[in-house]
Amino acid sequence: MNQEKPDTNNIFVIKKDSLAGLFENITKAGYEMIGPKLKDGTICLDKITSLDDLPVGITDNQEPAQYRTKQSKSDTSLFSYVVGPHSPKRYVFPPRHQLWQINRVNGDQQIIAQPLPKTKLAFIGIRPCDLAALKITDRVFKGGKYTDAHYTEGRANNFILAVNCVKPGGTCFCTSVGTGPKAKGDFDLCLTEVYSEAEHFFILETGTKLGSKMISGVTTKPASKAKLKQADKLLKAAEKNMGRQLETDNLQQLIYDGANRVNWEEVGLKCLSCTNCTMVCPTCFCTSLEDTTDLRGTTAVRTRVWDSCFNEDYSYMHGGNVRSSSRARYRHWISHKLAGWVDQFGTLGCVGCGRCITWCPVGIDITEEVVSLKKRIATKKAEATAKER
Amino acid sequence: MSRSIRPKLAVWKFASCDGCQLSLLDVEDALLEVAAVVDIANFPEASRAVVKGPYDLSLVEGSITTPHDAERIHRIRRQSKTLVTIGACATSGGIQALRNYKNVDDFVSIVYAHPEYISTLEKSTPIRDHVKVDFELRGCPINKMQLVELLSAYLNNRKPNIRSHSVCMECKLKGTACVMVAQGIPCLGPVTHAGCEAICPSFNRGCYGCFGPKESPNCSSLSSRWTDLDVSKDDLIRAYRSFNAGSESFRRESEFHEKL
Ligand code: SF4
Ligand code: SF4
Ligand code: SF4
Repeated sequence: MNQEKPDTNNIFVIKKDSLAGLFENITKAGYEMIGPKLKDGTICLDKITSLDDLPVGITDNQEPAQYRTKQSKSDTSLFSYVVGPHSPKRYVFPPRHQLWQINRVNGDQQIIAQPLPKTKLAFIGIRPCDLAALKITDRVFKGGKYTDAHYTEGRANNFILAVNCVKPGGTCFCTSVGTGPKAKGDFDLCLTEVYSEAEHFFILETGTKLGSKMISGVTTKPASKAKLKQADKLLKAAEKNMGRQLETDNLQQLIYDGANRVNWEEVGLKCLSCTNCTMVCPTCFCTSLEDTTDLRGTTAVRTRVWDSCFNEDYSYMHGGNVRSSSRARYRHWISHKLAGWVDQFGTLGCVGCGRCITWCPVGIDITEEVVSLKKRIATKKAEATAKER
Repeated sequence: MSRSIRPKLAVWKFASCDGCQLSLLDVEDALLEVAAVVDIANFPEASRAVVKGPYDLSLVEGSITTPHDAERIHRIRRQSKTLVTIGACATSGGIQALRNYKNVDDFVSIVYAHPEYISTLEKSTPIRDHVKVDFELRGCPINKMQLVELLSAYLNNRKPNIRSHSVCMECKLKGTACVMVAQGIPCLGPVTHAGCEAICPSFNRGCYGCFGPKESPNCSSLSSRWTDLDVSKDDLIRAYRSFNAGSESFRRESEFHEKL
C-alpha cells in the first residue's frame, strides 16, 4: 500500500452488488485477495476470489476463551462480525519463512538467498485495529537502522480494503487504545456497512490514489449528508459498545511498579504457557531461527519460525532459563506489551483487538489483569500507610 | 559430506507395539538416503543380517516391564555410543504403564492361564529410569519426519530442531482455529508436547496427548477448564491416563482427581 496522505477526501456510497466490480478490478490489477472466510464455524483470513466467498449474515460472539459464530438466513450483511483468530500478520510475516540455503558443490559453498516475496496481496475487510497493528509491525521491521527486506518487500505489494466496525465484539477494546472502531487512514479504500431490513449500502472512502484508481468503472454515488450521518451514528454507537476497556492512564508506570512477583502469582497459576495469546496477537513478532540439513550434509537451510516468550526455550541462555515459570512469562509478556514497548517503539504493543482474550484457552484477560494489578498495588499502599500510622 | 565410514545404527525393541521402529521403514524416499549414510547394523524388523556391536547410534523403542529387559537395556547402553529413545513407551512407559496404577498380579492372574510362567515387573518404566539417555523422541507413534530430522542432526553434529512447546503452537503455525475455544471440544493441546503438527485439532478433534507433557505443563489449570466444559471426573482421569499415563505430570494430575 502507498503511504501517501489521502489525495482527495472522496467519499461515496456503494451498493453490495457493485462491490463485485471492485473485487474484479483488484484481481485484474494482479492482486491475490486475502479476506474473511468461514471455515469450520470460524471467520479466518484466507484466499478469496470473489464477493461470494465472504461470509454472509454471520455474527460472532466472543468472550474470554469462547468464540462462536451464528448464521442468520434473512441477514444479508457482509461484515457483521469482527476479527477472528488470524490477522494479516500471517501473510506479511509468515509463521515459517525460509531465509536462505547453502549447498555444498564440489567442496565449495554456494549460498542461495531466498527471493523476496513478489505476490501482490490485497487485504479485504481488514479492521482498524489490524491497520494499527500493521503500522506497529512496519515500525518494527521497516523503521530504524536495520530493516527486514522480506517484510518490507511484501508490504510494498499490499493493497488494503479496510472495513470499519459497527458491531464491536465482546473482547474488543480499540476505543481505549485509540485505534478504532473507525480507521484513521493507512488504507487504500475503506468501507462502512449500513445494514437494516429496510436498506443496505456502504460508505466508501478512498485513502490513496491507488484506491481511487481501483474504483474506476465501479458504480458509486456521491455520499449524501443523510447517508454519511447514518454511518457516523453507527460508528459513534460502536465506540460505546466495546466489550472491554483498558485503563491506559499511567499504565506504563503501573506495570513497572507492579513488577514484584507476588503480583503475578495468581495469573501464573492459571496461565498454561501455551503461547496462544502471542500467536494470535497481530503485533507479537518474536521468532527463532531453525537451521536444518539434509542427511548427507550437502544442503543447509535457515528458516525463521514464529516463537513465543511463553516458551521455555525462548529464554534459555547459557546455564539455564531466565523465565522458568508461567508467572514470569506472563509478567514478561504483559510488561512488554503495555510498558516496554512504549520505551522501545513509542507506542503500546496492544491495539485492542481482543484476540488474546478470546483465544486464551483459559480466558486470561489482559484488561482484567491491569485492573487486578491496580487493585493489588492500591491495597499494598493502603496497608503500608496503615502501618505507618 | 561423503563419509568413508558410515556410523553403525542399531534399533532395539522393548515392551512396545513396533509402530515407532516401523516409522523408520515408513520414511519412504528418505529411507534410501538413510541406508546410504548409515550402516543399518542391527534392525531385526528390517533385516536378519546382524552386525556385531559396538554401535554408534542406538534407537530404543519400548518400556522396561520385565527383570530380563531391565538387564538387557544395560548391555545395550554399554554397546552404544549414543542412545536415543523413540516413542511414548520408551519415554514414559507407554499405555502399559496403566499397570502402574494397579496391582500387576491381579492382571496376571486374570489374563494368563498359567500365571506362574509370567515374570513381570510391578511397573512399566521409561528407559531413562534405567540408563542414561542422550535424546528422547516423543510420540505414539513418533513423527517419522522428526526421526529423519534427528538422524540428520546426529550425522551433521548439530542440535535437532525438535521443539518442546505446546501443541497449541502447532495449531497456530498451521492456522487451525482452536477447537476448545471455537467448538467447546476438550483438548489436551495446551499441556502436550509438540511434534504431531496438531493432527487432531486440524480434524476438529481435541488433542489426545500422544506426545506426552510439554515443558512446564500446567495440567491443573487445564483440568479446571475441562471441568467448565462439563467433562466428568472419570473422563478427565482417563484423558491423562493414555499413552503417556506414566509421565510424571499426567500421573500426578490424574491421581489428584482420583482422590477428590
Ligand atoms: S495484546 Fe491482545 S488485545 Fe492487544 S493487540 Fe495483542 S492480541 Fe490484541
Ligand atoms: S495467557 Fe492464555 S493464551 Fe497466553 S500463554 Fe497463558 S494460557 Fe496461553
Ligand atoms: S485446538 Fe487444542 S492444541 Fe490447538 S490451540 Fe486449541 S487447545 Fe491448543
